Amino acid sequence: MSALLEVRDLRKHFPVRGGLLRRVVAQVKAVDGVSFTLEAGRTLGLVGESGCGKSTLGRAILRLQRPTGGQVLLEGRDLATLPPAELIAMRREMQIIFQDPFASLSPRRTVAQIIREPLDVHGIGTPEERARRVLELLDVVGMRAAVQDRYPHEFSGGQRQRIGIARALALNPKLIVADEPVSALDVSVRSQVLNLIAKLQRERGIAFLFISHDLSVVRHVSDQVGVMYLGKLVELAPTHELFTNPRHPYTEALLSAVPVPDPRRKAKRIVLAGDVPSPMNPPPGCPFHTRCPKALPYCSQAVPQPVDVGSPGRPHSVACHLYT
Amino acid sequence: MSAPLLSVRDLVIEFTTEQGVVRAVDGISFDVFPNETVGLVGESGCGKTVTGLSILGLVPRPPGRIAGGRIEFEGRDLVGLDESELRAIRGRDIAMIFQEPMTALNPVFTVGSQMTDVLRRYKGLSRRQARAAAIELLARVGIPAPDRRVDEYPHQLSGGMRQRVVIAMALSCDPKLIVADEPTTALDVTTQAQVLEQLVRLQEEFRMAMILVTHDLGVIAEACDRAMVMYCGRIVEQAPIEELFARPRHPYSAGLLASIPARVDDERRELPVIPGMVPDLLHLPPGCRFADRCGRRLARCDVEQPGLAPAGESRVACFNPVETPR
Repeated sequence: MSALLEVRDLRKHFPVRGGLLRRVVAQVKAVDGVSFTLEAGRTLGLVGESGCGKSTLGRAILRLQRPTGGQVLLEGRDLATLPPAELIAMRREMQIIFQDPFASLSPRRTVAQIIREPLDVHGIGTPEERARRVLELLDVVGMRAAVQDRYPHEFSGGQRQRIGIARALALNPKLIVADEPVSALDVSVRSQVLNLIAKLQRERGIAFLFISHDLSVVRHVSDQVGVMYLGKLVELAPTHELFTNPRHPYTEALLSAVPVPDPRRKAKRIVLAGDVPSPMNPPPGCPFHTRCPKALPYCSQAVPQPVDVGSPGRPHSVACHLYT
Repeated sequence: MSAPLLSVRDLVIEFTTEQGVVRAVDGISFDVFPNETVGLVGESGCGKTVTGLSILGLVPRPPGRIAGGRIEFEGRDLVGLDESELRAIRGRDIAMIFQEPMTALNPVFTVGSQMTDVLRRYKGLSRRQARAAAIELLARVGIPAPDRRVDEYPHQLSGGMRQRVVIAMALSCDPKLIVADEPTTALDVTTQAQVLEQLVRLQEEFRMAMILVTHDLGVIAEACDRAMVMYCGRIVEQAPIEELFARPRHPYSAGLLASIPARVDDERRELPVIPGMVPDLLHLPPGCRFADRCGRRLARCDVEQPGLAPAGESRVACFNPVETPR
């Protein structure tokens, strides 16, 4: 199987300005050297706590934010070097679903206008064809045709998220970046939307980059899972492998911290000391060494590079000095 | 069992909206005993937060009002007390912890000055004693270098630290009851774990009762002795925590538990769902409010509202409750 998306050493730094002359005084390294590949029709889950750079990574891949360095290859073509006309064409192949279904849909447009917009923008089909496509898409996401003339405020969070998904599907993309797509939803509605995403992937072979802070959700939808900490991908492995055999001490702590919805199974918890350091002033060496229960003196000196600790055919990459 | 600390009876809370009067809480009754932690769980709009607020007389008025029922704290009805009487109870006997710590902290005062205010007013401490007490409280909630942190402003602290400060403030007058509304929801997973553990430990240390309002069944399972499940303004199930998770009786509780991805161990299986969605509070059905989404619906469910009735160790409001074999 060929890689649909290849991300190589991607970086996104934000300048911090200060002082009288608004000079650049520091850089926030929101994404700092992330590499991975995503095959067509598969889902890569990306987990991490707030500020770890997972959303920025999603946006940098789609070029909603211009990366500071590194490469993003979609079907082998480097998005940064494409001429503008071809970049626009490539954008059809990749779409995004946002977290907040209340902020990501224009309140002044009807459902039909919202879903049709990507078709309008890219000039696809005749008006009749577009109208037909809207009905088709509503059916795909499990909504009745009658809703097309209504406005977003008339819908609940779960239904709005379905509208957002229909819009993302309008151009038949090969890749969808889903940025916390179910975090704003209640438990009972969340599973409906998760099942819908799983079904779309199965039936349409869309690849997903599924960004979430919720490990249990990521576990449920992903083929492989990457864990981010302070702008770096610290571990990347097939889902089952990551959840049953985590190698990075941060992944271990993260997994043990999730409240278990079972009162009989009291978690053996690794409680981390302190808080995530500021990405503006990350610690030297391994970004996690300040909180790591297994840190060695060497960890504060050199940045660990990812190494493969997996078995043949099941790559498991971890960036930790314990394994180098 | 000893007498309840808090006794809520037939509580009704209404909100006036442009579209009409909404009953956010519709006749709920429950007790909270000393030293226990009771979870109040449900999805957005089920009335759990308003219930918590009402115990401290904090329901915004207007548009809200307590339209009926009693909230008895140590035998005294809090409904109808005036603001000065409520203020004497709030903070001292009953304290509240909110989801977003910045709503409870004043950004222009240091942590210390906000804490000593309370300590001086309610405990009559001198300035110096209050400062020492504040530092000790900060240490007890797990804030490193409390003698330095006490002079910092809220914005200098991380989210987890802020929530600890809020907890320290809530504890400062040794309350008998704490209402904690989603106290860890705004925090990251690893911080959430720290704060939740701290809260459980402090509840035991300070020998307080706690009402933990949350949407997260994982938090309920870890921290509570008992839980009450709310749906559309009513309590649909009350049960000891092991019982609720092992043998949920109400179809809604059972559906909620089944749809948590964490409880489905093998990856990529279709998640069980609760079909449909929560009815509009303005247009409630005459019968059971869950009937429309329920797989165990009977003809009776459409015409009659079930009340809470004993079922084993639980109490459940359902005409056709789920039977789980032991």
